[in-house]
Amino acid sequence: MALHLTPRDSGAITVVDASGRITLGDGSANLRKTIRQLVEESHCRIVLNLADVDYIDSSGIGELVSAYTAVRSKGGELKLLHLTKKVHDLLQITKLFTVFEVYSDEPSAIRSFR
Amino acid sequence: MAPETKHLKVTLETQVESVNLAEEMCLRLAEAAGFGEDECYRIGMSVREGVINAFHYGNQEKPEKKIYLAVDLTAEKMIIHVADEGTGFKLTDVPDPLAEENLLSTSGRGIFLMRAFMDEFDVVKAQTGGAEIVMSKRLPSAGSPEANGNGSGSHGSSPHKEA
Repeated sequence: MALHLTPRDSGAITVVDASGRITLGDGSANLRKTIRQLVEESHCRIVLNLADVDYIDSSGIGELVSAYTAVRSKGGELKLLHLTKKVHDLLQITKLFTVFEVYSDEPSAIRSFR
Repeated sequence: MAPETKHLKVTLETQVESVNLAEEMCLRLAEAAGFGEDECYRIGMSVREGVINAFHYGNQEKPEKKIYLAVDLTAEKMIIHVADEGTGFKLTDVPDPLAEENLLSTSGRGIFLMRAFMDEFDVVKAQTGGAEIVMSKRLPSAGSPEANGNGSGSHGSSPHKEA
């Protein structure tokens, strides 16, 4: 299943709704392109909604980390929202929970930027 | 008479599509062998990571090189071999992705995931001269306590922040 990414504004925050798989190939490339474009447009306060992403491989994990560092390098923040169990477990065993801020409801994720 | 060992051998092209193909083939075999949803996910992910490793690191994404996938289904376990035509590598040379200095690395987690998701994992020298990943998962019928686990869906309902 291809990865679909839909950015939307929530005040000064950009929420990116993702659905599909973030894996080697189009999925990872699509995420990279979308995040880079947002950063270029100075949208550097981003919530990535992964509610409909139930599969990420090592390439996808690498792309999430790359997105995180790209946004941080511009003084922004990238936070994760609504992890499915598989994605949650993957971030836990790879210790990336110590890197990403993760939220299970959107208002809390939005408020965390203020 | 000893139970028959089933054997599948496939030669894959060095291309991204081979990753999905290998994963799908092994998932079907794992389902047919009786693995539950969680174990099928772990087996599929491990095969995926093994082929990504061969595609990217072993064969350096060179299309003239091949990836060799083999699966042995014995009475006790599913054994998966993924060989490439690279120069091989030693597990001791692979950086630890959990080390503080590697947490923000954008690569290097594939070997870690295969080790985490399979019961046995090793890397040997392939007949091709490259690396051969050998990994196995004990069959549910062979008595593994977690081998038939199921589970999916969203994680939790209470708000949390872990950072």
